[in-house]
Amino acid sequence: MSKYLRNAEGPRLYLAVGCGAAIGALLRFLSGFFIASGLGLGALGGTAFVNIVGSFVIMFFATITGPDGRWLVGPAGRQFVMAGFCGGFTTFSAMSLDAFLLLQQGSLFHAALYLAAVIFFSLAAAWVGYVSALQINR
Amino acid sequence: MSLEACVLVMAGGFVGGIVRFLLSGFVGRRIGETFPWGTLVVNVTGAFVIGAFAGLGQSGGFFSSEMFRDFMVVGLLGGYTTVSSFALQSLNLTLGGQHRQALFNIAASAIFCVIAVGAGFAVVVSLLEHGQ
Repeated sequence: MSKYLRNAEGPRLYLAVGCGAAIGALLRFLSGFFIASGLGLGALGGTAFVNIVGSFVIMFFATITGPDGRWLVGPAGRQFVMAGFCGGFTTFSAMSLDAFLLLQQGSLFHAALYLAAVIFFSLAAAWVGYVSALQINR
Repeated sequence: MSLEACVLVMAGGFVGGIVRFLLSGFVGRRIGETFPWGTLVVNVTGAFVIGAFAGLGQSGGFFSSEMFRDFMVVGLLGGYTTVSSFALQSLNLTLGGQHRQALFNIAASAIFCVIAVGAGFAVVVSLLEHGQ
């Protein structure tokens, strides 16, 4: 790990990831409020929303800034959006806790359904992001 | 939702994001990048800690306070764990024809993370009971 830390590009990348994650986390926090109180979907809906949207964004951005992509973005810019913003915006821990709390309430069915649905739609959203970026890259 | 809460969430997200980036990079370099072990390790450890915090918060006090939740749970653990990288890596495995690895990544992430939450919760609850 020390070798990695001495990498000249390192500090800039860490700062980019940290700042992106801070903005992503704040946006997750704010959208959680909006979805829970504005739309009445509760905490589960908020977690589902950020995970699905974040999965779309990361795959869209990764593809459009990739080797055959249309946008040219440097390593720090890519990590700011991908590892930083998308990583901070989405959350596996809150989703796992939600599923565990549903289990604790005695509903294995609801826990499994919730987890499977959020993961399925996150993967589907990532695929939609990939395909739509490919269209733009052409 | 106060300004203080927003600052705590951002500070936690900043730290959590950097720790995730460092740890997943470290695991990837050690074990190899063909399978996304780094993200799996991050998500399972984050799930264990959020379960432990849920156990600690049960009896009220500091661990159930809004300040602790905003910084540690929403900010730090939320920023540390990630679904986006998990989705990207699972899809890339599928696009690369490694369907079995993709399926394993998806199943292992879901199952181990929920087990990890339960383990973190159970460990703390039993420690608290023995401490009394």
